Amino acid sequence: MADPIIQMQNVSKFFGDFQALRDVSLDVANGERVVICGPSGSGKSTLIRCINRLEAHEAGQITVGGTTLTDAPVDLEKIRGQVGMVFQQFNLFPHLTVLENLCLGPRRALGLTDAQARDRALMYLTRVQIPDQADKFPRQLSGGQQQRVAIARSLCMEPRIMLFDEPTSALDPEMIAEVLDVMTELAASGMTMIVVTHEMGFARRVADRIVFMDKGEIVEIGTPEAVFTAPKSPRFKTFLNQILNH
Amino acid sequence: MFRILTLLSFTLLLSGCSGNWGWYVVDPTTPTGMTNLKFMASGAYNTILMSVTAISISVVVGLLVALPGLSTKRGWRMFNRTYVEIVRAVPILVLILWVYYGLPTLSGITLNVFWAGVLALALSDSAFQAEIFRAGIQSIARGQYEAAQTISLNYRDTMRYVILPQAIRRILPALGNQLVYMLKMSSLVSVIGMQELTRKANELVVVEYRPLEIYTILVLEYLVLILIVSTGVRWLERRLKASDTA
Repeated sequence: MADPIIQMQNVSKFFGDFQALRDVSLDVANGERVVICGPSGSGKSTLIRCINRLEAHEAGQITVGGTTLTDAPVDLEKIRGQVGMVFQQFNLFPHLTVLENLCLGPRRALGLTDAQARDRALMYLTRVQIPDQADKFPRQLSGGQQQRVAIARSLCMEPRIMLFDEPTSALDPEMIAEVLDVMTELAASGMTMIVVTHEMGFARRVADRIVFMDKGEIVEIGTPEAVFTAPKSPRFKTFLNQILNH
Repeated sequence: MFRILTLLSFTLLLSGCSGNWGWYVVDPTTPTGMTNLKFMASGAYNTILMSVTAISISVVVGLLVALPGLSTKRGWRMFNRTYVEIVRAVPILVLILWVYYGLPTLSGITLNVFWAGVLALALSDSAFQAEIFRAGIQSIARGQYEAAQTISLNYRDTMRYVILPQAIRRILPALGNQLVYMLKMSSLVSVIGMQELTRKANELVVVEYRPLEIYTILVLEYLVLILIVSTGVRWLERRLKASDTA
């Protein structure tokens, strides 16, 4: 690969006796959009949570933007500074307004002044199309709006890579589109993205590559046309049938 | 609140008619009665000052003891357990006597009655505060920490801006309880000669020999103080809830 920004080599992860990741290797190029899918418990969330070390892997090596992940706080800081993340449950700070949610990281971690942080926050709120909600509290917003705020909060840190962990799974159907639209726009802007999702329409439109995982392994990997039109492994075929024909 | 008070005073006055009571000692319409009442009420300042000082210290100490209890490192957790178990095991009256009469021999530092009382009350309460804080902090969802990590907040900022503001809202009723408890326990400091509400009542009983009436007034004094505190805590809870989600 020409310019891999993330390199994972033979990564393994255990939760007690349960092996969540088995020898997973994956390189992601700068600017690439990768969609990870697979049945629940297949290790897809664990995989992306290892990239910013919300989970620590036990074996193998992960390198992000040239820095290899270790427990050293310096490395961790370097990597977390480059990697943003959006969660299934949004994880907004409920006691802070939308604007305060967005400004906290830039002010405390990046050292921006209040005015700079505010300008940046408003810019990204405009980008996710909710500039008028800045002074509301998260609970006053719809699920779709909350998730867009969460995306804006990550973007305010100006990461090089964005991780999405089932960003639409907790949303009502009518709100999924507004979140996917924002993500599509972000993909078009050249952001490196790794998205765990069951939204196959989004995957087909946006992804450069699709990764199918099952039982902690990468079973199949390829471009959307290749994997959707002619899935090679029987497990992937079954999975696609299940989610496309229900 | 006022309804309870009125009802209570009415009952007491009625029973006074039966001839068992000698309300003249605390009758505000007579010069002696008024002087006695003023004498009794003059203890309120010290009761309040001592309780508020002690609770301020115990909240800070309690938090500082609670944080190591949440550590992943065994040694830190051991420190927390040891502190809580030992301090919690000492009866508060014993602690007051130990601090006032024992500590000077041990350390060479002689504390006046006020500070000995404050120290003993604060120390004793801090173990309970530590448990309250630990429970409150543990009740905050893991996603809040993870979101803070992904926007590069360090431990201090995560606690200060994300976790503690939410935890404190949740433990506010318990903190209010502790303040009520503190106001009541401060009466024990009378045994080392602190001129607070209980001590004043005791002194007046020695002079007037009307314990029933004087201690009844003492009960009412504590009741008023504590109802004020409860009302204050409720108000604060409502105010914080207005800007927050549960």
